Amino acid sequence: MTGTHTMTGLHLAVALADAGWHPAAWRDPAARPGALFTARYWAGLAAEAERGLLDLLTIEDSLGLQSSDPVAPDDRTDQVRGRLDAVLVAARLAPATSRIGLVPTTITTHTEPFHVSIGIASLDYASRGRAGWRPQVAGARLSDAAHFGRRTFPEFDLPWFATPDGKAFSAELFGEAADFVEVVRRLWDSWEDDAEIRDAATGRFLDRDKLHYIDFEGAHFSVRGPSITPRPPQGQPLVTALAHDVGPYEFAARGADVVYITPHSRPDAVTIVAQVREAERTTGRVGEPLRIFADLVVFLDDVPGAALARKARLDELDGAALASDAEIFAGTPGELADLLLDWRDAGLDGFRLRPGVLPSDLEGIARGLVPVLQGRGAFRTAYETTTLRGHLGLSRPANRYATA
Amino acid sequence: MPAKQIHLAAHFPGVNNTTVWTDPRSASQIDFGSFVHLAETAERGKFDFFFLAEGLRLREMKGRIHDLDVAGRPESLTVLSALSAVTTRLGLAATVNSTFNEPYEVARRLATLDHLSGGRAAWNVVTSWDAFTGENFRRGGYLAEADRYTRAAEFLHTARELWDSWTGGDLVADPDEAEFIRPGAGAFAHRGAQFDIAGRFNVPRPPQGHPVIIQAGDSYEGREFAAADADVIFSRHGTLEDGRAFYKDVKSRLARYGRRPGDLKIMPAVTYVLGDTEEDAAERATEIRRAQVSPQNAIAFLEGYWGRDLSAYDPDGPLPDIEPDLDEGVSKGRAQFRGDRGETVRRWRELAAERGLSIRELVIEATARQTFVGTARSVADRIDEFVQTDAADGFVFVPHLTPGGLDDLVEHVVPLLQEKGVFRADYTGPTLRDHLGLRVPRVHSTRSEREAS
Ligand SMILES: Cc1cc2nc3c(=O)[nH]c(=O)nc-3n(C[C@H](O)[C@H](O)[C@H](O)COP(=O)(O)O)c2cc1C
Repeated sequence: MTGTHTMTGLHLAVALADAGWHPAAWRDPAARPGALFTARYWAGLAAEAERGLLDLLTIEDSLGLQSSDPVAPDDRTDQVRGRLDAVLVAARLAPATSRIGLVPTTITTHTEPFHVSIGIASLDYASRGRAGWRPQVAGARLSDAAHFGRRTFPEFDLPWFATPDGKAFSAELFGEAADFVEVVRRLWDSWEDDAEIRDAATGRFLDRDKLHYIDFEGAHFSVRGPSITPRPPQGQPLVTALAHDVGPYEFAARGADVVYITPHSRPDAVTIVAQVREAERTTGRVGEPLRIFADLVVFLDDVPGAALARKARLDELDGAALASDAEIFAGTPGELADLLLDWRDAGLDGFRLRPGVLPSDLEGIARGLVPVLQGRGAFRTAYETTTLRGHLGLSRPANRYATA
Repeated sequence: MPAKQIHLAAHFPGVNNTTVWTDPRSASQIDFGSFVHLAETAERGKFDFFFLAEGLRLREMKGRIHDLDVAGRPESLTVLSALSAVTTRLGLAATVNSTFNEPYEVARRLATLDHLSGGRAAWNVVTSWDAFTGENFRRGGYLAEADRYTRAAEFLHTARELWDSWTGGDLVADPDEAEFIRPGAGAFAHRGAQFDIAGRFNVPRPPQGHPVIIQAGDSYEGREFAAADADVIFSRHGTLEDGRAFYKDVKSRLARYGRRPGDLKIMPAVTYVLGDTEEDAAERATEIRRAQVSPQNAIAFLEGYWGRDLSAYDPDGPLPDIEPDLDEGVSKGRAQFRGDRGETVRRWRELAAERGLSIRELVIEATARQTFVGTARSVADRIDEFVQTDAADGFVFVPHLTPGGLDDLVEHVVPLLQEKGVFRADYTGPTLRDHLGLRVPRVHSTRSEREAS
């Protein structure tokens, strides 16, 4: 057991996506399908999450339409299709909230590390120290490459990923993502905190000895630096990664502060936590250990059996039972609290809950689950810090380029 | 004829040497609060839009980072999206380069801003193409100067195809019919010399149809690009004579593209200084000029033209007697260092000799950029004269102080323009296109037309 959870108990995150994580969520009577592309919808969700005192919210992103096929686009018209840019949604939420961490996803496979670095740094400024980031490889959605026309990928299906070629290909994408994270982090440090001097006597606004070229050179890109954006308020905004396998655990161990894992039972959680700790050793991670959050899809209702019935109705509407990489929970807030506190002892620091339907299952978390956990002394009753790193007990890191 | 209505925009002063950072009132160029202050001021003044510039590499002089001017800025679209939460009508304009980006991502981010702001997004399409900036990007791929607008034009056309890939009715979201989108929503295919892309765009049609397009660039190619494709030109022609010539030139290019004069607004970048009297304003203007051109800045500025180290020269002494090195560039990362440097240096020597100017005085003279100096009344009159006599359709105000630099303009000058009936007393519509009097673009080719053809 690593014991990174402190007296504040569990850490809780909510994963926001579309109308919720069930593909038929938008057809639930509680959903607001016509509002998915409005600021008001997202601001309402953020306000609810902050009312629940959650550590952070994440926002999904993709560079192509959602699809029911894991490796290719589909032609379905009966599920939510279309997504706003997650960094910009997070930025829109920054002035509308005051404490909750804002963690957008960006795809590393097709974007520029320089643009992403200044985007997340700017989010950290706009939120006054509450920005995080989830780098994600394009993974199986390689068809999105045609939206950029910059690289071609092999033809493949899901089983191909298990072949030696498929594995090598995955490893290459994660290698690129690791380089991406390294560039983003170096750029955040490329201005020392006291680089701006405003020295009227010598006419110098900057002390240029405190600005640093990052001179990154890798297989996929090289980036000179320094950033155009001064070091963000948190120094290093929180980096998080979703991981399902040893390669991705190592990716997280190299570059992330938080890893989201997908155990399906408590023993499974024990196994994965051990694999994550092993990945920390094999990658030579120093400093703070990874904070480990388990992902769960949740359907919550106070009345016993109601959540399960609701999920079943949505399954029926969609024509298939909900499938997920994460464990699916349907029950009462009290039952979920039991599960979370049980699994926590596998060495978890917290959970990232994916609401089956928005906003109702988020309300179930904020108004149902959270009070139960508070009653058991397992969750904060007020925010104790003002930054996202602070919520997780992470200090502001020293700058890798500072000599003093 | 009724008086022309004036359009106003606020340029966040941010970086470079317009901003006087030695003034005790000068606050942070990066804290979000500074952006909020200026945006709220502009919205109080019923401005058309708020504008953020972009520079994707820190400037360098003599191979080192330029340290004399304000530097350090955020990513434009991220800040504008945050500002959309604290404003309700103000247009939000982002400068985004077309060389170091890809259409799918940029079109998507601008469409997102347009959705989140309820139709207030604008895109200033800039074309910096240099290898120096390219060193920060994975493409590394930079362009030959001649190709900058070829790529920009195809980039913009591609972005428009992406915005048009969803028609207004493609987002159905009808749970009773189990139809979230219409079949084929977002389908696109663009086969061109710069971009060869196809698939499905993943943001529904923006509220404005297309965000407002701004162009800033002066060359022949730049003017043609604007005449063909832009809604607003952000120019540097801030004098009455220059402005009229530019206005006439650009507006005359529109007909060839089937466009009307009102389809393209010309808005030069301008500065201003107010005073209680004309003399008071002139005095303050001189002080600001001296603060903008520090002794160190004057030397650095000349070095950019001489192409040599001039640090041994006294800023309060005469111009350097050595000849410029026209092969050597010492300044990098600034768009405006082009043109005939030898000719410029010759002209400055003449001017300095004629008027007995020191290095610093010469630089103050040569870079003079205060457009409107006077009392609130005389400045309002001049602004109106520029617009009514076709030197401009409006202005992008670049204040010299962060973040309070537009406070007095909004308090004292805007009410006078409103009194004259040449500037809106309040917003009349929710979108930036409404403020600028621009039509909502039609979907050029709907999917069904494309499929039929
Ligand atoms: C008023 C004005 C503002 C500009 N602002 C920017 C800017 O913020 N970022 C940038 O990269 N280029 C900027 N530019 C540069 C232009 O976009 C363009 O790249 C440059 O002027 C070269 O084009 P041209 O040859 O047509 O003049 C600006 C130009 C003008 C005239």
